Amino acid sequence: MDADLLVSFLTSAVRVATPLLLAALGETLAERGGVINLGIEGAMLAGALAGAIGSTVGGPWAGTLAAALTGAMLSLGFGLIAVAAGANQIISGTAITLGAVGATGAIYREVYGSAGVGLSLPTFPVIPIPGLARIPLLGPALFEQSILTYLGYVAVPALWFLLFRTRWGLALRAAGESVEAATAAGVRVKRIRIVALVLGGMFAGVAGASLVLAQVGTFAEKMTAGRGFMAVAIVVLGGWRPGRVAGAALFFGAAMALQFLFQSIVSNLPYQLFLMLPYLLTLLVLAGGVGRVRSPAELGRE
Amino acid sequence: MAPVLELRGITKHFGPVQALRGADFILEEGEIHALLGENGAGKSTLMGIAFGLIRPDAGQILVRGNPQQIRGPLDARQLGIGMVHQHFTSVPALTAAENIGLTAGWSVSPGKLYRRVRDLGEQTGLPIDPAVRAEDLPAVLKQRLEVLKALATDARILLLDEPSSVLSPAEAESLLTRIQSFRTRGMSAVLITHKLDEATRVADRVTVLRRGEVVHTGPASAEPPARLAALMIGAPGWAPQRASHSASAGEVRVRAQGLAVERSGPGGAPLREATFSARSGEVVGIAAVEGNGQRELLRALAGLLRPSRGELDVSTPVSFVPEDRTSEALIGEFTLAENLALSQGQGGAWVRGPWLDWGAVERRTEELLGEFSVRAPGPGTPAIALSGGNQQRMVLAAALERQPAVLVAENPTRGLDIKATAEIHARLREAAKQGVAVLFHSSDLDEVVELADRVLVVREGRVIELPEGATRQEIGARMLVEVSGAS
Amino acid sequence: MRAERTLPLISAVAAGIAVLALTLVATGHDPVVALGAMWRGAFGSWDTILSAVLPRSIPLIVIGLGIGLAFRAGALNIGAEGQFYAGAIAATWAGLHLNGWPAPLAIAALLTTSILAGVLWVAVPVLLRVRFGVLEVISTLLLNFVADALVSWMVQGPLQEAKRIYPQSDPIAASARLPQVPGTRLHLGLLLAIGLAVVLWVIYRRTLWGFQLRATGAGPLAAGIAGRIDTKKMLATALLLSGGIAGLAGGIEVSGVSYALFQSLSPGYGFTGIAVALLARLDPLGTIATGLLFAALEAGAGGLQREAGVPAVLVYLIEAVIIIVVLLSDTIARRRSHGRF
Repeated sequence: MDADLLVSFLTSAVRVATPLLLAALGETLAERGGVINLGIEGAMLAGALAGAIGSTVGGPWAGTLAAALTGAMLSLGFGLIAVAAGANQIISGTAITLGAVGATGAIYREVYGSAGVGLSLPTFPVIPIPGLARIPLLGPALFEQSILTYLGYVAVPALWFLLFRTRWGLALRAAGESVEAATAAGVRVKRIRIVALVLGGMFAGVAGASLVLAQVGTFAEKMTAGRGFMAVAIVVLGGWRPGRVAGAALFFGAAMALQFLFQSIVSNLPYQLFLMLPYLLTLLVLAGGVGRVRSPAELGRE
Repeated sequence: MAPVLELRGITKHFGPVQALRGADFILEEGEIHALLGENGAGKSTLMGIAFGLIRPDAGQILVRGNPQQIRGPLDARQLGIGMVHQHFTSVPALTAAENIGLTAGWSVSPGKLYRRVRDLGEQTGLPIDPAVRAEDLPAVLKQRLEVLKALATDARILLLDEPSSVLSPAEAESLLTRIQSFRTRGMSAVLITHKLDEATRVADRVTVLRRGEVVHTGPASAEPPARLAALMIGAPGWAPQRASHSASAGEVRVRAQGLAVERSGPGGAPLREATFSARSGEVVGIAAVEGNGQRELLRALAGLLRPSRGELDVSTPVSFVPEDRTSEALIGEFTLAENLALSQGQGGAWVRGPWLDWGAVERRTEELLGEFSVRAPGPGTPAIALSGGNQQRMVLAAALERQPAVLVAENPTRGLDIKATAEIHARLREAAKQGVAVLFHSSDLDEVVELADRVLVVREGRVIELPEGATRQEIGARMLVEVSGAS
Repeated sequence: MRAERTLPLISAVAAGIAVLALTLVATGHDPVVALGAMWRGAFGSWDTILSAVLPRSIPLIVIGLGIGLAFRAGALNIGAEGQFYAGAIAATWAGLHLNGWPAPLAIAALLTTSILAGVLWVAVPVLLRVRFGVLEVISTLLLNFVADALVSWMVQGPLQEAKRIYPQSDPIAASARLPQVPGTRLHLGLLLAIGLAVVLWVIYRRTLWGFQLRATGAGPLAAGIAGRIDTKKMLATALLLSGGIAGLAGGIEVSGVSYALFQSLSPGYGFTGIAVALLARLDPLGTIATGLLFAALEAGAGGLQREAGVPAVLVYLIEAVIIIVVLLSDTIARRRSHGRF
């Protein structure tokens, strides 16, 4: 395979992986606190729409801000229902996503007229990082991306530090391992979980914005197409650790990019295979085929 | 001496149960004050209120003379109150250092944290390996971790809830000595216990709680132990006696030869070697300190755990009365009838092929409620609505309904009042008279001595058969385990 | 028991409609006109009832029953969507090869293959749960995506129509199609759905196994210790049956409605089915009612869009509100009844 194709594939992989990474980082926070947030798909979709609308009004940064706020609000709603009130997490998360699909679809139609009209939005340009972008192969792939991808790079170590080197992170992890013990230690479990959810929601919203403003360039109904749920799988594959989650996100991104690639090439191999690959790999990892990981003990408990 | 902690007129009820009635408690500075009472008297509730885990219905708390609102453990800690709980309250997956750091609010960078934890261990004479996960610690060190957590928060008022309940007599002794030394460091401590000898040995003053009321408070040496016991129970002096049983040697129902069982879950310990038998009509008591393998032994007998070595023959049917009745013996939201159906499974008289006759279940449940004096509105009552004593009566009824050849019971009277305990004992003896081989474990040595015909001691995974007529002291001595220091 | 169940549901529906009305007003639509259009879309005529509401309710009811069974045992089957598609794929494949078979046999064969496919699809999560303790929430969710991709491949590859123009399969054999009520789109599948509900109701209420299933979900520890139930086996069985039932839903849809396979055969039945099951509090007969409710909502949404120009997708918002209101009222009620001690 010639070098240009490889570079373009890698670049595409990183670009596609960015929304996945951001969403997965947000979900990592939530799940470290012991909560499965299936509403992340809805938060991402709502963030995407908010990003689109915000961008038409005030440019891509306004869009990103609007997306972060929207995602945070949706996750706050989820937190109030599933944590504060104590309702079943799976159902409430699914309901939030369902509601977001309905609301975004309706709002999109109202604001932009009937479906099918392609929007043109102010988007984030690609910003090559001088010097680093000239590294052969990896350089352009990693360092000729949008600002949101670079945000993702920074977010990974930042999140790691937050989780493993701060008191807040310790308290959150305690809440995710044992509610009883954490409470005995003085942790306000409900409160910290909601805060983690809101932060995670912000990430999910920005992930949606990055999908619109740094990858696709426009909004379409249901455009997240399950990426939020994919993020849940990425968190599992990444063993709930930010660094490994980044790797897993990249892997999923590569698989998706491969799938796009193969769709345009006439080949005997069905491109759908690449669609399936990340999920099958995650299942393998779950089974302990590739290194056993322990989930936060409170995950999945009511 | 000025009081450092005062609880005045504390009242608390949980649903229909009145846990505390206008209880007063005063802790003087620098003293060790024992809070005595039998199970269910309200001791843990009272101290739970002092630590902010429970909110009282009425009453006042004063710390160093100032009235305080203690809304949660954080408030309590800020006032210098620390609590060492009876149950394990550490986060299992986190390390000892992380657990201590979490409770004490220390910074999390590993180098600093580990050093601080080591320093703390040295200062208090309770060293612990900072890097070990809490769930991997043996029972003694888990207890030590609990104490360290309280000490790390610079607590000057220490509330110790039955600290020796998971320790062997020697370990408990060592802990109590440690607690006494706290006095010299300006700390004051409340020792919650139902063990008279602990209280009289270590405490300066004692307060006796009975049914939520304070019935006595004064210097520890002022009253003879028998009188204190009487105050605790509310009956004239009572001391545990060996029951006299007629030796009824029936057929062998349980035979174990070189039995070994792997440890079951955190907090368990492997059973390494058990060779003994139990006969129909016998009540065999198993004495052990928690975490020595007795749980593994009992559950293997019950058929819940598989032996890893050796032979085990148990005549069926076997009935099992687990320790945790609310989660292992009963389904809280199910009715009593449903729970009965659950316990009988395929063997229920109301099962015909795949079909289940609920009418028959309800009728039988009704009958059992009467036979076993279970206080409940009817078979349709959810199990969770019953008091502990009545729940246990129901559990025992279900266990005996199976007409077992062998009955295995884990701490069958845990958390029950005197009356219910006596009833359960009577039923177990009755079952034995009817020919059942009864094997039971109690963490209360007195109960084992009183109820059993024969005593087996489990120590470090090995079963030691004790001769007939062994005294309480002899049995206790056999239960001892040496503790190796940590790190 | 029945009364305290329907009241929250009714008020939830009312809340949902209220939210819809507010949204309509906010966007400049006349709520009365729009709601009327919605009503007519579902109940306006016999035609809408028989051809829009009832056919939609069938997959919802069947999937709801399957998910309800799993939930009863405490197993969270989020993969009904994938199991549905697995069943649909198998049904289509079978249906394309059943030419010349007599009708009842062909249908039975087709539906049986769809059940088996559903069982197979959930078998991997079952294995992962039983052997490795993997949360089935995650593994079933993942397989939804795999199923999606599989369908995409099938309709563009092995199962694509002979003409190779559109991403869909050829129609299945005529004898393999469920008979319809003439003049409508309502097919025999409704009787199958109702029959399944009744069978499950009997099993839950009157058999030992059905009771033990519920015990496993309500108190797994006690079920294992006091009840001596093999909870792992029970969980596995529940999941396998649940997958089979979801697969059956796919088969029924192919055999009764679409007669062929294509990508968006399911507008999210697997997820709506979760709500259908839960709002019926896992009761099989109640599932019929909630299935009908959601079908009516979605049929009404069609009318909403056609007549009043309001985006049909808004119905998901109403459904979300209903789910959340019922969830919250359930949770609060449970809190109150669980007093201390």
